[in-house]
Amino acid sequence: MNVTRGFTGRPRVHHPGLPPGQYDAGEDWPVLSAEVTPDLAAADWSFRIDGLVERPHTWDWDTAHALPASAYAGDIHCVTGWSKFGVRFGGVSLDAFLHVVRPHVSATHVIAASHTGYTTNLPLADLTGGQAWIVWEYDGKPLPSEHGGPARLLVPHLYFWKSAKWIAGLTLLDHDEAGFWERNGYHERGNPWEEQRYSGD
Amino acid sequence: MTDTVRTTDRRFAVPGRIAVSEQAAAVWQTATLTEIRRETPHAATFRLAVPDWAGHLPGQHLMLRLTAPDGYVAQRHYSIASAPDDSGHIELTLDQVPDGEVSGWFHTVARPGDTVEVRGPLSGFFAWPGDRPALLLGAGSGIVPLMSMVRHHRGRGLTVPLRMLVSARSPEELIYGSELGAETTPVFTRSAPPGVPVGRLTAAHVAPLLAERPSGGWEAYVCGSNGFAEHASRLLVAAGQPVDRIRIERFG
Repeated sequence: MNVTRGFTGRPRVHHPGLPPGQYDAGEDWPVLSAEVTPDLAAADWSFRIDGLVERPHTWDWDTAHALPASAYAGDIHCVTGWSKFGVRFGGVSLDAFLHVVRPHVSATHVIAASHTGYTTNLPLADLTGGQAWIVWEYDGKPLPSEHGGPARLLVPHLYFWKSAKWIAGLTLLDHDEAGFWERNGYHERGNPWEEQRYSGD
Repeated sequence: MTDTVRTTDRRFAVPGRIAVSEQAAAVWQTATLTEIRRETPHAATFRLAVPDWAGHLPGQHLMLRLTAPDGYVAQRHYSIASAPDDSGHIELTLDQVPDGEVSGWFHTVARPGDTVEVRGPLSGFFAWPGDRPALLLGAGSGIVPLMSMVRHHRGRGLTVPLRMLVSARSPEELIYGSELGAETTPVFTRSAPPGVPVGRLTAAHVAPLLAERPSGGWEAYVCGSNGFAEHASRLLVAAGQPVDRIRIERFG
């Protein structure tokens, strides 16, 4: 252990929900997108799932909202070090979307793409079984555009760059393909509890 | 596959990657503080000896961690202020954030000889190798990664066009104020020298720079608070800068 002279850190109680190397951002919700926030109206938003599926499908704002509502209440973790406890998002479980398109058994990975062109890759197994959502509400209000509104992907058990803002669609693949930050040195999977921050971690 | 969401028929706002080595990113290294220079009442530069530093591109950042005696670790991302050189040193310029856990240690405890740990350089997205005309817009400590680019431009005697617009509350709060040259236009939001207007960055600041569009166009780099980044990037888009030629680094 490489102790830093004179460093004690701020007073703290151990929070069991805080992954290693993270700190509690409290009320803050930092914005960390690398691109210009798009002017994307709800009426112009669409979400498509294609690739290795039986029935590729595109939803618009109304047809996506016609799916059964589902909420997430819990924590989120950003690779830059902050975590945010007890956040509430509203939207639809990704299981409901996948039920419509019927993934092929050969599908193992997903590329999520945003309306700005941002991409991120995930194992399909990280998106099923009630672990992922398309969300349009934060704390009971419309999701702000700088946080990905009108709608973003939410995969709260992975570092938050996987939760693509301004989500446009998912393409199911039978192999892994690095997305935007993954090509820029970040980890392929991004599990906060294993500190999978950068490639090689 | 006949139909994918990833194809180029969509607006593609994310600029492509700049290739950088990420070999060093996985390794924590001990860095020894060798010098502290005050820049403004709230910002200081910390020079670190990192003997095995693999080098970096201007605009890249690193992760820094401090360890308490009980094993508690605090880690933060910081932009690198210095240009790449072969001195075995890097510099960070840190604002003293109120109640800042890590910046507070640097500003009130740290002294030459102390050691910290760093890993990096990290992320090639905001980096500028010096290849394309660069238009830099920063506010407050958002000038830090941009200054690495300016220093690189000067140090290598690059002839590719480079311009910087930097916003600060006052001349006293302008980081690296005495080091800025003809490439830089400062914008003061609270107080300014006699004859210099006071106010935020506007379209009138951006327009002349976009009007002198160099061959191949500008690569724009925006760094600052989220509020500044939103404002500045919108000004650029409104003035005609392509959305896929704007790279943004937001400080929480």
